[in-house]
Amino acid sequence: MWTRFRQIFFLVLMMTAVQAAKGQSIRVSPDGTVNTLEQALALADSNDVIRLQEGRYLERNIVIDKPVTIEGERNAVVDAEGEGFVLIVRADNVTLRNFEVQNAGISFMDDNAGILVEEAKGVLIENLTLTDNFFGIYLSKASDSTIRNNTLIASGERETQSGNGIHLWYSKNITIHNNTIKGHRDGIYFEFVEGIAITDNLSEENLRYGQHFMFSDHCTFTGNTFKNNGAGVAVMYTDHVTMTGNRFEHNWGSAAYGLLMKEIRESKVYNNTFENNSVGMYMEASSRNRVKHNDFINNGWALKVMANSMDNQFVQNNFIENSFEVSTNSRQNFNIFTGNYWSRYMGYDLDRDGVGDVPHHPVRLFSVLIEKQPEMLILMRSLLIGMLDTAERIMPVLTPEELIDKKPQMARIQ
Amino acid sequence: MKALTIVSYQWKDLFRDKWLIGYALIYLVLTDALIRFGGGGPKALLSLSNIMLLFVPLVSLIYGVLYLYQSREFVELLLAQPLDRKSLFAGLYGGLTIPLSLAFVVGAGLPLFYTGVWIQTGFGTVATVFGLGIALSLIFVGVGFLFGLKYFDERVKGFGFALVSWLFLAVLYDGLVLLLVSTFSAYPLEKAMIGLSVLNPIDLARIGVLLEFDISALMGYTGAVFNRFFGSYLGFVIALSCLVLWIAVPAWRGLNLFNKKDF
Repeated sequence: MWTRFRQIFFLVLMMTAVQAAKGQSIRVSPDGTVNTLEQALALADSNDVIRLQEGRYLERNIVIDKPVTIEGERNAVVDAEGEGFVLIVRADNVTLRNFEVQNAGISFMDDNAGILVEEAKGVLIENLTLTDNFFGIYLSKASDSTIRNNTLIASGERETQSGNGIHLWYSKNITIHNNTIKGHRDGIYFEFVEGIAITDNLSEENLRYGQHFMFSDHCTFTGNTFKNNGAGVAVMYTDHVTMTGNRFEHNWGSAAYGLLMKEIRESKVYNNTFENNSVGMYMEASSRNRVKHNDFINNGWALKVMANSMDNQFVQNNFIENSFEVSTNSRQNFNIFTGNYWSRYMGYDLDRDGVGDVPHHPVRLFSVLIEKQPEMLILMRSLLIGMLDTAERIMPVLTPEELIDKKPQMARIQ
Repeated sequence: MKALTIVSYQWKDLFRDKWLIGYALIYLVLTDALIRFGGGGPKALLSLSNIMLLFVPLVSLIYGVLYLYQSREFVELLLAQPLDRKSLFAGLYGGLTIPLSLAFVVGAGLPLFYTGVWIQTGFGTVATVFGLGIALSLIFVGVGFLFGLKYFDERVKGFGFALVSWLFLAVLYDGLVLLLVSTFSAYPLEKAMIGLSVLNPIDLARIGVLLEFDISALMGYTGAVFNRFFGSYLGFVIALSCLVLWIAVPAWRGLNLFNKKDF
């Protein structure tokens, strides 16, 4: 009996010890003793858990300067009422989970954000809803942190009055997974970051870019969908980017690109789908990139490669039903096209090895003409244009002679 | 009422000729092959539209001229009857355009229907393509009648004019536009291009096809200007009234000639 009692006593002791190490829990509710997040943070010690009960907390510029966890109940909302920041994280190992952050103020002086993380490590932001904030989640000089399963929705109408969804500046080793970003200026924005993994996010209907990043080497994008953004996705001034399995869809407009690459070097673009964009992929001053196993379907222009791009390899991609396959601004070609499937290919395969016997010229005369005189677009699908294209294909005069695929595939590559 | 009687006579006559059935069969086989081997419904419909833009005007023109020449005795016989010329002309025009349009719609439509492509591509797109095909048939039968009546006794001349007018509208006109654009490349030409393309019925039909299938390319650059024009209510009304004018004017001119003609 006594031993049994001692065992139970020991167990209880252990549990209390664990509880103490984990920190105590502070409840915040609108009609309780602690009724603001600010009060709770003042009371809290390191490793405490602050539990937000259901309700609306009208607070702004809340500074979190110790490692705490803030967990919300259903319908727990922190609202800055359109002025200043909502939450500012300045401590390591902070966790924010399951609540809603609203109305960080629009400002032309400050980058007001729903959640600002400043010089912190090990921050976890998950299952949050951020509604109508100027900037959504803003990481500045942060590292080793995770942003996952959040929903960021803003309803900005003009670029100047809208901030970025997830904004990273001088940060390292951040994982951004399974977020939905809608209606911001840029869905995801990076500058001077390194080693970031962006996976399975959905970025749609943003005013400018679905994703926009510069000076950010060694980043990886996998399985994201960028849809219906004002200008698609832009990656600039960066080396060693890996983009795999992403979808770039429905980016329409005179300056909209599924993926715009400017001064990108030694990067990999594998297994992506570019569908229904005005321009699927645009490449400028980029070199030594490998573009492989991508599907370009139903775009106005599948590829626009400017002549200042060199030594890029376009291998085993599917080009299906694009109005124009490749367009460029020079008669020279410094890139390699081989083993792609082109739905406009008109050649034959006598030896039946699945590879066309005559090379494919993906640049049509008409696309060269349009590059010079865009008004000619209205002549598309005219019989005359068809005849000119055929003549040019047989005897190239204006199109780049070297830009050919010597091994065009006869069937779509799976 | 009298016109309808003539339409029904011609209907029988045309089917006895087998040419019309052949015309429908060509579309049937072509469309079927396009769907079977071309891969994918929207692509088949796009190829069909390309063929339509090429063949419907040509066949309608030639048929229009030839039919008038062939049925000379028939026309002269009917003119001896108590029958006003207006209903006779309406009967002849209707008697050719209705079977021709029907041959196109049925011939190209059946494969779309039984393979289920029309569901895949959307009813609107299919309706646009067929609508344009019918409009082109109406226009070019009218133009064919016009040439046939004008050169009623000089058959080769009438036939030649019909062919040249097709060549002009289908190919040379676009060449002139191309020339114009490259000559005046320093000026903003979007509006002029819209004006020019509205004047040519084949171009008008072609733009209708573009708006259905190449919308992504049209969204870029200058395309946006065209798209905004033809996509707007005003643009649609202008394009449509131009098509109607193109149907009405040759037919009306033909009727005038027919009324005055001394057979």
